[in-house]
Amino acid sequence: MILLVAEHNNGKPSKSALELVQAARDLGRDGPITALLLGQGLTSVANEMSKYAEQVLVADLPELAAYNPEVWAAAVTQIAQEGEAHTILVSASRSGREYSARVAVKLDAPLLEDVIKVEAQGNALQGTKYAYLARVTEVYESDAAVTVVSVKPGAYNPAQPASGAGEQYDVELELPQSRTRSTGKVIEKTTRVPLTEADVVITGGRGVGSPENFSKLIEGLADNIGAGVGATRAVVDAGWRPYGEQVGQTGKTVAPKAYIAVGVSGAVQHLSGMGKSKYIVAINKDPEAPIFKNADYGIVGDLHQVLPALIEATRK
Amino acid sequence: MNILCVIRQVPDGEAKLRINNSKVELDGVTVIMDGMDEYGVEQALRLREAGASVEQIIVLAVGPARNEDAIRTALAMGADRAIHVETDTYLDPIALSKIVTQVAKEENASLVFSGGQQSDWDSQALGAATAERLGWPQVTWTNALELSGETLKGKHDIDEGAETFEVELPAVITTQQGLNDPRYPTLPNIMKAKKKELRKDSLDKYGVTAKLKHVSSNIQVKERMGKLIDGKDPQAAAAQLVELLRNEAKVIA
Repeated sequence: MILLVAEHNNGKPSKSALELVQAARDLGRDGPITALLLGQGLTSVANEMSKYAEQVLVADLPELAAYNPEVWAAAVTQIAQEGEAHTILVSASRSGREYSARVAVKLDAPLLEDVIKVEAQGNALQGTKYAYLARVTEVYESDAAVTVVSVKPGAYNPAQPASGAGEQYDVELELPQSRTRSTGKVIEKTTRVPLTEADVVITGGRGVGSPENFSKLIEGLADNIGAGVGATRAVVDAGWRPYGEQVGQTGKTVAPKAYIAVGVSGAVQHLSGMGKSKYIVAINKDPEAPIFKNADYGIVGDLHQVLPALIEATRK
Repeated sequence: MNILCVIRQVPDGEAKLRINNSKVELDGVTVIMDGMDEYGVEQALRLREAGASVEQIIVLAVGPARNEDAIRTALAMGADRAIHVETDTYLDPIALSKIVTQVAKEENASLVFSGGQQSDWDSQALGAATAERLGWPQVTWTNALELSGETLKGKHDIDEGAETFEVELPAVITTQQGLNDPRYPTLPNIMKAKKKELRKDSLDKYGVTAKLKHVSSNIQVKERMGKLIDGKDPQAAAAQLVELLRNEAKVIA
């Protein structure tokens, strides 16, 4: 069987879970598509997920209320072994990339990590992924009996519901004790469209000048056109914006329809997080800034004059 | 206690990459110690400087002969000695974690540092896979870390934001930006580093083969249109950009 671990949020499957369903369908390998749900209070997400997968395995346990790599890896491994899964699909979220590596070791299986495409080639699986800060794509092949695959969020379109309703099964698990204690969480909240789901992202760099300018100019334009707001590492390091807005190698990877980089020079580490955007727009006063070499549209000019004009031009 | 720092040598971020025989060709390319791994070396030194009873800080690199440069950098920063498993063979992170595990055991390490995501293979798997093989807990993407007794306390990034944590040693920690500011090796330390022990091992010793086969590599450069607008008249420039975004790219209403 193809086992996919479906991430969920507020009683609904995450977009990435439906993307995994599509990846599983496209693979066309033998056996039913089986979704595994880990967590607590899973009734509504299980009902929703059974519209997409032929089987839904529900591990509704208090020990699974919060994510932990050791516990998640043990759970997925047990189910994969009992169900004799040949392909295990996991979302390449921060947590997915963490526990999938543990699952691969437990199953003595190869890991195709953070793939943008996975295809069956006879009995083998080939996965395409980015490498070298997303400047290169590489293809890797696994011919093992079991392969673990983590799939980059956004690489597949979310699946449409299937015609029938999938069967639901409660599963029992033997889980280890977590040895890491969480002593507090800072959950990012934004009233804006989430960065990784936005069609348009506006990112400000150090050139914006101050946190106040950032609010006025970057958020001002984002408000007018319904865009997500991003920041460069330098801006986050300076404490102007929260880490959750950081785009780049050490932050989020985004590939919106349009990415508007304001006062951003365009270091490779930044490009690796946004270089796959459909259109890239750069606004910078330095005509030599590397970002212009990667832009479809650019304004060479002072952002402190250009942004107010853009805000005016997009005012509803 | 002993700390093992795993490092990789990667192309400089600005280096121009090319493909030869369907692989990335690194001959003639400027290569450096991966920045993410550097945070780990620095953190090991800081734990010692903060008074933790760190006996030895050992650096491990697996890769071609040129990796010696990155190893010497880590030694010049202050690591005590190094092991270089010299090989041109491709190993994926899951396979590599087997070597890291064997070295961690041999060297009696109780803390392993590795970068959160290395910039050559864009992988985050090495730390987690090593932790699993060792049967240790792991904390990835740390950006604050201190040791009190046998307890590591710190902060790291998670899917929903950030989290503070506590974990008992032994553990595997992956490092990233924000954790510290890695020091530059000074000339006297670079000289001293030349005398530090650098043991060369062969891959045979570890009995490890790749779990994945590399099929091909391709440079990804999307052709961009490069339509530049002069911003001297901001209103006209803004109007022109909005027009392009609305009617040509069709990305705004």
